[in-house]
Amino acid sequence: MSSLTTSPKRRSDLTIGRIGLYAFLISAALFFLLPLFVMLLTSVKPMEEIRNGNLLAFPNVFTLQPWVKAWTQACTGLKCEGIQVGFWNSWFILIPSVILSIAAGALNGYALSFWKIRGAEILFAILMLGAFVPYQVYIFPLVQITSKLGLFNTLPGIVVVHTIFGLPVMTLLFRNFYVSVPRDLFSAARVDGCGFLRIFWSVMLPMSTPIIVVAAILQTTGIWNDFILGLVFAGRENWPMTVQLNNVINSTQGEREYNVQMAATILTALVPMLVYFLSGRYFVRGIAAGAVKG
Amino acid sequence: MASLGIQNVVKSYGVVPVVRNVSIDVADGEFVVLVGPSGCGKSTLLRMIAGLEMLNSGKITIGSRDVSGLPAKSRDIAMVFQNYALYPHMTVAENMSFSLRLKNVPQEEINRRTERASKILGLDKLLDRRPGQLSGGQRQRVAMGRAIVRDPQVFLFDEPLSNLDAKLRVQMRTEIKELHQRLRTTTVYVTHDQIEAMTMADRIVVLHDGIVEQIGSPLELYDRPANQFVAGFIGSPAMNFIKGHVDASGQTFVAETGAEIALKDTPREVHGRTVTLGIRPEHFVLDAQNGLASQVIVVEPTGAEMQIICQFAGQPVTAVFHERLNVRPDDVIKLAPKPEAIHLFDAATGVALR
Repeated sequence: MSSLTTSPKRRSDLTIGRIGLYAFLISAALFFLLPLFVMLLTSVKPMEEIRNGNLLAFPNVFTLQPWVKAWTQACTGLKCEGIQVGFWNSWFILIPSVILSIAAGALNGYALSFWKIRGAEILFAILMLGAFVPYQVYIFPLVQITSKLGLFNTLPGIVVVHTIFGLPVMTLLFRNFYVSVPRDLFSAARVDGCGFLRIFWSVMLPMSTPIIVVAAILQTTGIWNDFILGLVFAGRENWPMTVQLNNVINSTQGEREYNVQMAATILTALVPMLVYFLSGRYFVRGIAAGAVKG
Repeated sequence: MASLGIQNVVKSYGVVPVVRNVSIDVADGEFVVLVGPSGCGKSTLLRMIAGLEMLNSGKITIGSRDVSGLPAKSRDIAMVFQNYALYPHMTVAENMSFSLRLKNVPQEEINRRTERASKILGLDKLLDRRPGQLSGGQRQRVAMGRAIVRDPQVFLFDEPLSNLDAKLRVQMRTEIKELHQRLRTTTVYVTHDQIEAMTMADRIVVLHDGIVEQIGSPLELYDRPANQFVAGFIGSPAMNFIKGHVDASGQTFVAETGAEIALKDTPREVHGRTVTLGIRPEHFVLDAQNGLASQVIVVEPTGAEMQIICQFAGQPVTAVFHERLNVRPDDVIKLAPKPEAIHLFDAATGVALR
């Protein structure tokens, strides 16, 4: 009976429209995967083969030497210590920035979730717009402020800057999450003996795991991929991996080592790529959560 | 345990008055139900007792303490909420003991109290579960357990049964009543369901538009409602009201249609006055001689009784009979109210006249 009812349905699934759709999706995937494919191929070829010219040819001699060189010896300006310096710098910037911006955004969002004035939704929409103002507008005043505070060109400086830039989105993300928590839960916690901050710490935060994951994904990819803020505020000693990558690629003496450059690029992209792959579902949910009720 | 005093309490949101000058005294160990239609201010009043809302003026006392200005956590009360308000990330045991842990009660004492409360409520096997894994009735029990472990001076219930299905509601009603008889903790219980109020309360407070319409025992309210609102609100099916006037002799009520109903022992002041007559459905009798001819509209047998809706003195009324009558729609029956069970209300103010 079931086979009778399902088989005609299956046949109707594979319409011309379907075939066209899949053909389009596959070619789109190929189109976007091709650069990555070329990068991977190039990074494992010796320079002689690259010079010979065919981008898409498989390597005759497979070598990981370019990867080793990119990691440990590639020159970023005068120093030749490889991209690894930037890799660790990026982590030193990333970890405190992610933790601080989420903590501040959660607390902010928690407080604002109680703010039920007329026009609050419009105000929050305006706050959201803060996330879309181009960074360049803020850079000069922020340079002045951080240098007055003695934070310019320091690790704490870049962490503070990332935290500030993360605040609008983080605040709204958490505010929208906390608004949907039943108000009676706050009342119950108050009767049980909690104050404002205690409710946040003991009741709200433990309930926030899904939204914290989303926030962490957004912030991790955003901060790791940042170039301009790191370049301006971190200082030479703390330049993140993106800035170092740029230096590797631009500081050439003699021949351009395409294989090393490709390896360095893939290494730099690895962290956000892993985040995307491991958390795709949460990532989509995060974008939706931020967008629906802005 | 302690008595609870509410004195001249006033609350408004902006210019909208919600509670206007309410005074209620709840004795130590008493079970008082605040009942009224939605928007009457009963939940706001309860939240003010809990310390979740501040008063505009007036005073709330628990025992001899004036708690009007105290925050919720310092009032020594426990509250059960309509949607349970359990902490989703904590187990049943953690939910119940949260308040004790906040107060740094020693672990042994916490275990002892949690165990006692869970035994009382039959939750001993569920202590490690999370609220998401429980049924509605079990969640309600946990919410009550959370209140019990604190051993507070006053229990507050905010429509705790309205999210449960009908059968469970009746069962939990009995359980709450039993619990109160066992613990004897002063309790204030808010509901919009007058049957809950009638079955559970030692005393009922009927609220309407932010004022107290009447305070009394369930049967007092039922037998001697102070006004037309209370008369109509308490009792199900509701009391029937018929407009008209009392004749000069005070012996007869004349409806607007001219239909006449015999009265008994009316006070002098109502003679000749325009009034509303109130008669409960169960106080009709079939009277072949003196009854008014009434055309049956709908017959609703419930098994235990029969509700007959019929056209009486120019308007539809509900009559309830415990005997099974052989009546169909469009039949004409002779219906008469028992004279001693008739209520009279002032037509303008609704105040009971007796």
